[in-house]
Amino acid sequence: MELQVFDKSDHDLFVQKLINNYQVEGVKRKEDSFCYGSIKSPGDLCLDFDCTIGPPKKYFLPPEETLLRFTTVPSLEVTAVIESTPFILFGVHPYDLKAINQMDRIFADGVPDPHYLKRREAALLIGVDPTRVAPRAFWADMEADAVSNGFDLMFTDMGESFIVEIGTEKGGDLLTQYGKVRPATRNETRERVNIRSQISNMCKKRGLTFPKREIPQLLEHSEGNIFWEEKASKCLSCGTCNLVCPTCYCFDVQDDMGLDLSNGERLRRWDGCLLQDFARVATGENFRETRASRYRHRFFRKGLYLFRVLDDVACVGCGRCASSCLPDIADPVDAFNRLKETEK
Amino acid sequence: MNQSVPEVSPYLPKWAEISRIEDLTESEKLFEMHLVSGEPLGHSPGQFVELSVMGIGEAPISVSSAPRETNSFELAIRKVGNLTNAVHNLVTGDTVGIRGPFGTHFPVEETKGKDILFVAGGIGLVPLRSFINFVLEHREEYGEVTILFGARNPSEQLFLDELEQWGSREGIKYLETVDRPDQNWKGHVGVITTLFPKIDIDPSKTYCIIVGPPVMYRFVILEAKARGIPDTQIFLSLERRMKCGIGKCGHCQINHIYVCQDGPVFRYTDIFDLEEAL
Repeated sequence: MELQVFDKSDHDLFVQKLINNYQVEGVKRKEDSFCYGSIKSPGDLCLDFDCTIGPPKKYFLPPEETLLRFTTVPSLEVTAVIESTPFILFGVHPYDLKAINQMDRIFADGVPDPHYLKRREAALLIGVDPTRVAPRAFWADMEADAVSNGFDLMFTDMGESFIVEIGTEKGGDLLTQYGKVRPATRNETRERVNIRSQISNMCKKRGLTFPKREIPQLLEHSEGNIFWEEKASKCLSCGTCNLVCPTCYCFDVQDDMGLDLSNGERLRRWDGCLLQDFARVATGENFRETRASRYRHRFFRKGLYLFRVLDDVACVGCGRCASSCLPDIADPVDAFNRLKETEK
Repeated sequence: MNQSVPEVSPYLPKWAEISRIEDLTESEKLFEMHLVSGEPLGHSPGQFVELSVMGIGEAPISVSSAPRETNSFELAIRKVGNLTNAVHNLVTGDTVGIRGPFGTHFPVEETKGKDILFVAGGIGLVPLRSFINFVLEHREEYGEVTILFGARNPSEQLFLDELEQWGSREGIKYLETVDRPDQNWKGHVGVITTLFPKIDIDPSKTYCIIVGPPVMYRFVILEAKARGIPDTQIFLSLERRMKCGIGKCGHCQINHIYVCQDGPVFRYTDIFDLEEAL
């Protein structure tokens, strides 16, 4: 694997060229936080961030999207809406890339979902290694501090320059066409390894007390643990943990009719398993009526159910749920460590 | 992302025209329909479809008819929400959206040559009817047939004509009960499990097929087990919120299984230890 070096003084010009030729989305500063948004000038883009408020999943699975569009006049006509515009997503940390890789599999396996896949296909992903660790992050423990695929380019901040790993041919073309690069020296390649392991080690400070691979088994034996009831008694059933989670993809499908009743849309909207009505059926039966059952379900889904589908835990350790939860009960590190302590 | 992306949306329905509507009870109607394309629905007994009215929405509805040669199929629909209310207002000749059929089906092959004990509670008769009628249409391929049907009260009994036929047909044992009788009710009174002492089965060769409200399963399964029916010969159909039908949306998940794909029909031994399943 040959790495390229990219002088920081050339960076703004590179971003400007991307903006001239593509729709560019990326990480922006928002007061003391960071979020994904449109990059209109090189100064908008911020690659020195700990974690964004929301994950980048919105670019592939928008909070609301039109699946079907229909007209009723003169007669019913229904068309599927499968749309995508090529765009660049600049500044995705490895844990979020890992989450996107997982979601790609969910929407591609079995019955493929072209609404998601078309949008995903149209995206060029430029990853960036973290320069800072968010207070509740634990991605190193979740083995999400590096990914081997899922990016077109991967940037690592080396101080005066970036080292860039080329992930795909498309990424390589982008770099040669718009960037000014030279091959990395051996020392620079070694330095990149050091920088990466330093930041990973910083992320392990508050981490799991046991190896990640034990999570599925730990959950399997925790069904009756009092922990679920205890924590869930503070749950507001607000679904914020679902909202900010890069691996949560559950959705609802609803129709929206135009006011003149001549046209409308069938929409897909994000849903969340913590919300009270998530498992309620039309006759009124709610299969996860209690907060504890919904709270437990989310952890089981991440650590056990999806593990059986993906062969990996569907938590990448971004820590967003922990930092967004008002009663502060959503922290997976706390949950997993507590379950381990009280394991029978 | 190197694989090719399909161009067709799995959310785009086919269209079906309603050819007959029959009132079943105050809140349930039977809709006979056929796909406008002329192709058969291609379902097996126990599968469901996603039924939709554009502008209102979509909901999972089990197919109530056995597969037949005419390509028409029947959905029995209780009026309980926005979509089903809208469907109840439709008339013959109107079209609805259909996706599917989805999910697993009743063990039509495995039960051949065996005895079958059907246990239906309330609206659970709707999906079970597809299998009952299939068995009755292929009567010689199956052994003894016993049907138990329980409703809350007589006015909630569905398919009255067929119940009567089952009751009088040779070679079928049909027993019914209601929880709350009215003045005209002369039959058995009590929950469905109170019918079990009245039946005579050879448990080793009997398959018990159960569909009813969630609360019913635990008790009926206990009865079936007490009668010596092996766990592997107990099947049931679970109701969940199957929103997408293709194992993506997450609503019908019970542990690692998706009811829309791994169900709705399950062998008891496959789900007995799943938290939240029963």
